[in-house]
Amino acid sequence: MGLPDILFYVFAALTLLCGVLVIANPFSRNPVTSAMFLVLTIISMAGLFVLLHAFFLAAVQVLVYAGAVMVLFLFVIMLLDLKEEERRRIKTFGLITGLVAVGAIMTIFVKTIRVTKPDGNLSPPTLEGEPAALGKLLFTQYLLPFEVVSVLLLVAMVGVILLSKKDSK
Amino acid sequence: MQIGLEHYLVVSALLFCLGLLGVVTRRNLLVIYMSLELMLNAANLALVSFSRFNNNLNGQIMVFFIITVAAAEVSVGLALIVALYRKRQTAHVEDLTTMKL
Repeated sequence: MGLPDILFYVFAALTLLCGVLVIANPFSRNPVTSAMFLVLTIISMAGLFVLLHAFFLAAVQVLVYAGAVMVLFLFVIMLLDLKEEERRRIKTFGLITGLVAVGAIMTIFVKTIRVTKPDGNLSPPTLEGEPAALGKLLFTQYLLPFEVVSVLLLVAMVGVILLSKKDSK
Repeated sequence: MQIGLEHYLVVSALLFCLGLLGVVTRRNLLVIYMSLELMLNAANLALVSFSRFNNNLNGQIMVFFIITVAAAEVSVGLALIVALYRKRQTAHVEDLTTMKL
């Protein structure tokens, strides 16, 4: 077992552990703790991306998710005063429904992964996700989606300003 | 044992299930939103691993777009939550069961 394999197990365990702590932290029910563990999940997932040789996406993941999105989350958590949320308990009915849903979708996943056995002669992966290759593809074949996404971001920005503006009337 | 596609897919499936469990069981709007992010990330991981093991860069382009759209979605969603909080003074789904504000 080489170093990348060990690193895979480390990052995978870290991702799943922090993922559990996001949704059900036994020590604290404060949303800020959840947000912090989500940051850890995202960073260890960036580690998995590096192991998959998707270097550019790993950087984008840390910059956009752990940087921008989580700061936005924390900002909103601080903005809202959520003191009383800590007292509420999880309802048993919700827990049962959630477990049933998760069991159902887990069955589908397990069956899918079982069915799609990889053929043994699959060539070893040689793909490198460095920025140059990605950028070349992005500005040739995917130019139109790229421009559409820029319009989408503009629309989102205008929408957010409109939504969060205080009513002057 | 060589780390292959299945290993990454198992991690991705488990992470997706965690996100789903969070969405269904938690009652705080912000935590529900974070669980949604977890599910999106699980899908991203699956796409990147497919891309790597099929020697095809299109999956990574897809992830790039997903990250962009997710950022826009988070900003709009959080603005909606703030607007809702201003009207109702709560971010708890059980207090938000009526359709009329």
